[in-house]
Amino acid sequence: MFEELSNFKLRIPGKGRNLTGGERREARYGLSFISLWIVGFLAFTLIPVIATLIFTFVDLKITDGILNPLKFVGLQNYETLFKDSQVWNSLGVTLKFGLFALPVAILFPLLLALLMNSKSLKASTLFRSLFYLPVIIPFVAAVFLWGGMLNPENGWINQALAAMGVAQASLPRWVNDTTWVYPSYVIMGIWGVGNAMLILMSGLQGVPTELYDAAKVDGAGWWATFTNITLPMISPVIFYNLTLTIVELFQYFLVPLVVNHGTGEPGGATLFFNLVLYKTFFTYQSMSYGATMAWLLFVVILIVTIVLFATARYWVYYASESNR
Amino acid sequence: MTTQSITARPIVKRPRVPRNLRNGFNASVVTLITLGILGIFLSPFLYMLFTSLKSPEQMTQQGSPIYPARPATFEYQGEILDVYKVPLPDGSTKELAMLKPGRQQSTFVDPQNPNAEPIIWQGAWRSLERPWTWSPTWSNFTDVWEKINFPRLMLNTTFYAIMTEIGTLISCTLVAYGFSRFRYRGRDILFIVMISTIFLPATVTLIPTYTFFVQIKWVGTWLPLIVPAFFANAYDVFLLRQYFMILPRELDEAAMIDGAGPLRVLWSVILPQSIPALMAITVFHIVWAWNDFFGPLIYLSTKPELQPISVALSQFNGIYGTKPTLIQAGALMAMIAPLILFALAQRFFVQGIVITGVEK
Repeated sequence: MFEELSNFKLRIPGKGRNLTGGERREARYGLSFISLWIVGFLAFTLIPVIATLIFTFVDLKITDGILNPLKFVGLQNYETLFKDSQVWNSLGVTLKFGLFALPVAILFPLLLALLMNSKSLKASTLFRSLFYLPVIIPFVAAVFLWGGMLNPENGWINQALAAMGVAQASLPRWVNDTTWVYPSYVIMGIWGVGNAMLILMSGLQGVPTELYDAAKVDGAGWWATFTNITLPMISPVIFYNLTLTIVELFQYFLVPLVVNHGTGEPGGATLFFNLVLYKTFFTYQSMSYGATMAWLLFVVILIVTIVLFATARYWVYYASESNR
Repeated sequence: MTTQSITARPIVKRPRVPRNLRNGFNASVVTLITLGILGIFLSPFLYMLFTSLKSPEQMTQQGSPIYPARPATFEYQGEILDVYKVPLPDGSTKELAMLKPGRQQSTFVDPQNPNAEPIIWQGAWRSLERPWTWSPTWSNFTDVWEKINFPRLMLNTTFYAIMTEIGTLISCTLVAYGFSRFRYRGRDILFIVMISTIFLPATVTLIPTYTFFVQIKWVGTWLPLIVPAFFANAYDVFLLRQYFMILPRELDEAAMIDGAGPLRVLWSVILPQSIPALMAITVFHIVWAWNDFFGPLIYLSTKPELQPISVALSQFNGIYGTKPTLIQAGALMAMIAPLILFALAQRFFVQGIVITGVEK
């Protein structure tokens, strides 16, 4: 998918001359087939994105009629936003958790994919299916299972820790403790490993075996082969996972909404940016301010994504590029 | 990628172990480690199963086993007696049923030999441990069934999954066909724009979209959840387009020479060859719809009678959060349908990801 994005070259059929009748007919058919998506894109993506931007400059309540004249307030929403410590704290919470969760979200699926791809593993198809399995479980149910596992009194994790000799008093209180709530969320997130693992596996299987044979001839050890062949060859897939994970982590809030009931407990550690946004919009019904927050998040994510894409050419390797 | 950058290593002499023996050893070690990781990884399922079968009393009892159980009892002459682990004077411990408790001494009968003389035991019976017997509490499931109107929720969720499935299949097939089999100006730009929407944070479109649905009075109905599915989504279009691209064009052309129009070609040439990709989309989508939480949460929060299982389950947790046995039973009931689907169609899940992954 990233190859499409980064190797994009504009090809316009019939550029510089008039189209023939057949080409015109082909264009008409093609455009009418994708018209469903174009309409959907305008209605559910482009216009809403622009509307969000407009909302940031007006004072709007959800109960206002759609045809009422807009009340422009200039940059007032932005002024409030920059002074709003709750917003910046919540962005800090999101970043802090993101930095904590990102390495696990990238490395754990990679480790599993390498393990699944290992020649020494018996019954790898069965293992692959079973590691994928939790992805299909309803999100809410999965959160309850892990919530039970992490229950400080009767959860299995603390029982196992106690059995290993951890003193009763020093057992973690998991989702009720500011220190342990992020590790708890990361543990819950591990169940979503399946998709990333499968994408990485198909990336690993796509590495030409000639490269490994050549490395063997050169006497390369396991680590040298991994860092010089495997990693560069699957770097597009890692890049894809990395970008998607970062975009997701910036919007993280459903787990705290369900597990800690969106209260921000313990001690405000779970007041994620999108949780504050969700409450601003749905609980306090402040549309314009919610939109301003959404726009801030969008700009932050956009900058991070652009930086990622700009650095991609230094570390993401596209096989087809060098063949051209 | 060149292999020149790999630093050559001096060849280390390894002790001579027969190759197949070494491979066999590696295989068992790797497989055993993976099995261990998998065991921990899937242990919450066992936790759920055991907890959903426990009695509420067992949850609070100290020293109770992790499996559903109750303290052992023994029926003696029409009376239910509690069984204890009694240390005997000869150093062994025996499970005995207590006939008469006393402060300094108690009377026990041996369940294995009830007709023998009762045993008098010296000591405080309150210090004795009780043995547990396996005893599942099935009533947790019937409790949940009655408390959340389970059939209604299943019906709602199935309806949501089927309606959005129809929309997704029709729209994504048409759009993927338009992106893969026709040449026209702007096609590649539009395709890039579509792929980019995968990375667009949903938050930035949420407020106007929700407001719009409020204005046209769709909030509190299925429409805001179902209608957008009929306008294609980037993931499924991408997957189908990748698949259509690898299908040979000769058959299309032959059909066109025979006078078939584009829709006819799609229907009778392309779709029959694309069953694996269509199956992959179908199963992914059913699971997605079954698990979707945020959409139904915001659009159906005022209409409990329309809610799917995921939203109902989270509200159930709000009410019965202090009863883990009910919560786990509810979670188990909510995942039965996707689990069955996965067991039947798991190869299509894997296939779908391979289609998007291999042909980057």
